Amino acid sequence: MYTVADLKKGLKITLDGDPYLVIAFDFAKPGKGQALYRTKMRNMITGSILDRTYRSGETFEPASLEDRKMQFLYKEEDHFVFMDNQNYEQYRMNEETVGDAKNYLIDNLPVDLLLFSDKAIAVDVPNFVNLRVVQTDPWVKGDTSGSDSKPATVETGYVLRVPPFIEEGELIVIDTRTGEYSTRVKG
Amino acid sequence: MNWNLARKAVRLGKRAEILHKIRVFFITRGYLEIDTPSLIPAPAIESHLDAIQAGTFYLQTSPELCMKRLLAAGYPRLFQICHCWRDKERGSRHLPEFTMLEWYRSDADYNDLMLETVELLTDIAASYCEKGFLVVNENRIDMNGEWSRLTVRDAFRLYTKTSMEDALRDDEFDRLMTESIEPYLGLTQPTIIYDYPAERAALARIKPGDPSVAERFELYVAGMELANAFSELNDAKIQRKRFIKESQVRAARKAPPYPMPEPFLAEIDLMPPSAGIALGIDRLVMLLTGAETIDEVVAFTPEDL
Repeated sequence: MYTVADLKKGLKITLDGDPYLVIAFDFAKPGKGQALYRTKMRNMITGSILDRTYRSGETFEPASLEDRKMQFLYKEEDHFVFMDNQNYEQYRMNEETVGDAKNYLIDNLPVDLLLFSDKAIAVDVPNFVNLRVVQTDPWVKGDTSGSDSKPATVETGYVLRVPPFIEEGELIVIDTRTGEYSTRVKG
Repeated sequence: MNWNLARKAVRLGKRAEILHKIRVFFITRGYLEIDTPSLIPAPAIESHLDAIQAGTFYLQTSPELCMKRLLAAGYPRLFQICHCWRDKERGSRHLPEFTMLEWYRSDADYNDLMLETVELLTDIAASYCEKGFLVVNENRIDMNGEWSRLTVRDAFRLYTKTSMEDALRDDEFDRLMTESIEPYLGLTQPTIIYDYPAERAALARIKPGDPSVAERFELYVAGMELANAFSELNDAKIQRKRFIKESQVRAARKAPPYPMPEPFLAEIDLMPPSAGIALGIDRLVMLLTGAETIDEVVAFTPEDL
């Protein structure tokens, strides 16, 4: 059983018999009023979006889903293909269901696939992934424009802001929970 | 190097500059800067404000009680910039430890403070505006023109399908405020909403001629609550009754009880008619530096420690 204190992005709960994923969450408190927990949830089967505001004291049932260790194999048109490490079964997911995780899916990446009635409905990537920078403008030494970051494209096609000293071909660590640059891989 | 910390340098610089401008504004106007203890034996008793206990004392949820004792002792104009703590408040606009500006004036009411708040914000915002407009997300907020003002009752009439009275009765006041009213306030100019339901203003004076509302206002800019003000209640008997009522609401929601702030109650009858206001510094810095979350305007969040 979850309480409102457990609410956060990524939490999976059961609502009216369906599994829901919390995709946005914020704490609100209108001028000295009661604490409110604003959530945006996605039905993990139909994909429909639901806005709900909860108050302190409300509780939630966790979604009864099965998590399985898999690895990402390859992308085929608009589908992503994963394989169960234990029994070599393959599962397919469309791009929309994969969501932001597509930014981090490189061949053989270990992931957790979420199954609901033997259908893959969500993918969890590791908190940190190493990706190679395939395009970024060089840093001009002595640049006084004062900019503290620049855009870079990594091998999955994802574009993010990195510190100016990062060069093309470097491996960087990305925090997949925020989508932000974390550090460079040394050596 | 902690890059996440290093990249905040520009905003933290502006934050320091804003704090300096605020001090200049108040000192120029004859306000005394005061520094009252953060650790207090009894916080103001309010239904939905939870203090953090520290030994047998509490970390202040606001410096309000000490500030009013100073007013009662004859200090006419006071301001304070301090940290306040509110348990379990964490979101894109909330930190459990945050920075508050409070100022108090004797021989004044909430109308006087509305004017002074306009002057403060216009003055501070000037150097962060583009041709008099503050740009927040896709909104252009006119900082030099007229501010809009509407009563809470009218806000419900305008933005919801129910009335303020019905919303209170159905316990929908806060939800409607959060979902249907707040996001639309202050999008083109700063907006003041005033005359809150009497039961939503534990330390404010009831409006003469309309006992259903209290002389309380809130300032909104870009859909964000920035400040909360009252004409102060200076009647110890009524204040004690209100605290008892707030304690009952706390007990009903199984929130910890607080001791009665007796020294405050013993002195507030001596407080001249006064008005006071609390403004969130972190949120002001968010607005003036275009930050999307409160995390961006402080060096460390609790999660960073």
